[in-house]
Amino acid sequence: MTDKQSLSRRALLAGAAGAGGALLAGDAARAGDPKNLPPNVPAWTRTLGDGVAVRPYGQPSKFEKHVIRRDVQWLTASRESSVSFTPLHELDGIITPSGLCFERHHGGIAEIDPDDYRLMVHGLVDRPLMFTLEDLKRFPRVNRVYFLECAANSGMEWRGAQLNGCQYTHGMVHCVEYTGVPLKLLLAEAGLKANAKWILAEGADSAAMGRSIPLAKALDDCLVAYRMNGEMLRPEQGYPARLVVPGWEGNVWIKWLRRIKVGDEPWYAREETSKYTDLMPDGSARKFTFVMDAKSVITSPSPQLQLGHKGFTVISGLAWSGRGKIRRVDVSLDGGRNWREARIDGLVLDKACVRFYAETEWTGQELLLQSRAIDETGYVQPSKAELRKIRGTNSIYHNNGIQTWRVAPNGEVENVEVS
Amino acid sequence: MSKSLSAVAACIGAFALVASLLVMQAAAQSKKPEVKAIKTYGIGRVAEPREIAGWDIDVRPDGQGLPDGKGSVKEGEAVFMGKCAACHGEFGESAGRWPQVAGGTGSLASDDPVKTVGSYFPYLSSVFDYVRHAMPFGDAQSLTDDELYAITAYLLFLNDIVDDKFVLSKQTFATVKMPNAGGFRDDDRETAERVFWNPKPCMTNCKADVKITGHARVIDVTPEDKAPRRGVE
Repeated sequence: MTDKQSLSRRALLAGAAGAGGALLAGDAARAGDPKNLPPNVPAWTRTLGDGVAVRPYGQPSKFEKHVIRRDVQWLTASRESSVSFTPLHELDGIITPSGLCFERHHGGIAEIDPDDYRLMVHGLVDRPLMFTLEDLKRFPRVNRVYFLECAANSGMEWRGAQLNGCQYTHGMVHCVEYTGVPLKLLLAEAGLKANAKWILAEGADSAAMGRSIPLAKALDDCLVAYRMNGEMLRPEQGYPARLVVPGWEGNVWIKWLRRIKVGDEPWYAREETSKYTDLMPDGSARKFTFVMDAKSVITSPSPQLQLGHKGFTVISGLAWSGRGKIRRVDVSLDGGRNWREARIDGLVLDKACVRFYAETEWTGQELLLQSRAIDETGYVQPSKAELRKIRGTNSIYHNNGIQTWRVAPNGEVENVEVS
Repeated sequence: MSKSLSAVAACIGAFALVASLLVMQAAAQSKKPEVKAIKTYGIGRVAEPREIAGWDIDVRPDGQGLPDGKGSVKEGEAVFMGKCAACHGEFGESAGRWPQVAGGTGSLASDDPVKTVGSYFPYLSSVFDYVRHAMPFGDAQSLTDDELYAITAYLLFLNDIVDDKFVLSKQTFATVKMPNAGGFRDDDRETAERVFWNPKPCMTNCKADVKITGHARVIDVTPEDKAPRRGVE
């Protein structure tokens, strides 16, 4: 956003707060510059623009500079072990642009020269093997679209509405197309011993992040991916190769993958004991809670993207489930008293995001917007109260409770909780 | 030796065996496809033992993977003060927002659970393995094996799990029992949360009344730098 635009939009919002719904009809900031509007002919029509290859790697329009990942600095002690959030409210469809996929690093971004990349497969195998990146690319490969959600997505909301924007409440999720080699091909290449039951996947970053994964999952649908959305993985997402563990919490999708060790027991690494275990009200904790429960969120309108008009309005959002396909999404305009089925548009894929829409005529009344995902196993996304009744509020991880946005008569949107 | 943590009763509690683990292992076995039936491609080369040795640094609860070496609580205190205390505090109490590594016993069921080596970690290997992989933050994999044992011993001392004469080594490792070893159970969502598989979710008049019970704006912790935009959809 340019400074001028930013200022005028801020001024407008300040005005809107005072003038109620009156300004909804006339949005001065969106009126444009008369010299560029008919009957005048704007400069971009009269003059030549940049030629080809002036922008050898294309970037979004300069008018879209506000569409960025953001972090919440009070959350963590350093940016090297922290998180930035996907701007879900600025996106549509189901594919997240590679540069907007949320980041979660435990020791910063490892910048790995692809010539120096090695993946080691060892442990309970017949032949311990070493693969280069070129080796990985020689195997038969597959293309799959999957969501990736951090187990701590919405973790700040366990005790109540806290962060005002779906980027912050739900932005630790993204959904991209991966290209990679099925992990089972690499394991078969090494040959598994009869007592093999678990694998340890470990990264090459300065946290050398490691997680234990049951062998059944490793041999089912896991990939060692080197591409996202057609191009090589971004450094933030594990360049040059990462593990893809469909439907499971993001922490097990080891980035900068350097080592797969086959064993007969889990390792109980720090990230599957001290972290990524779910503390329950009685003080005990659930471990190995790998699967991400069905979840959804309305991305538009939402606190960072307010309603700018009355009349015909498209409510839009994302839904996903770690247990398979999304079967249905319901939307409520009145805080969960009444529900209607939303329209899912576009692809409905296994363990991927779906895009849903609910169209309505907004007359300026207060709305309490909610969405509720239902997956193909029949799991229905619970309310926050239903979730807390079982899990309490100390879990940190796996908060998939129904989100409520309050739309005020002036179009402002706020993160609220309802009874 | 300095140590000013308030008297934290070393909770010599139950050390339940991880029986529930068998459930996951059984599941892993039952679905295990015959990997020998998968075609191989002759891609990659044999990983040499000396190559594996440099990266094979994981340690399991049963001690598999432990290097030779040893370190005392006293030695650990010196290393900890030099390389760890700036973030974790001299007594493991945390400096700023960095992880607290000592104390917290008895807090897990409270409104303010404090998860530390003493109050939460189920296995000593989880501590040793993590420090070996990732600490000190920003200077990973720089500690000697004796320093790893010494720091781990000092963390145990800070948590009242061992006394100040303790020496941790490959041999004494198995003698240490962590207070919260029995505090974990396998994922039971599909039974404990069976109610969420609801074949007929309510569609109309699901609640008598809806009241707003909380506002994010009241808490006011959202980053301020970006004004919300007006939608165009």
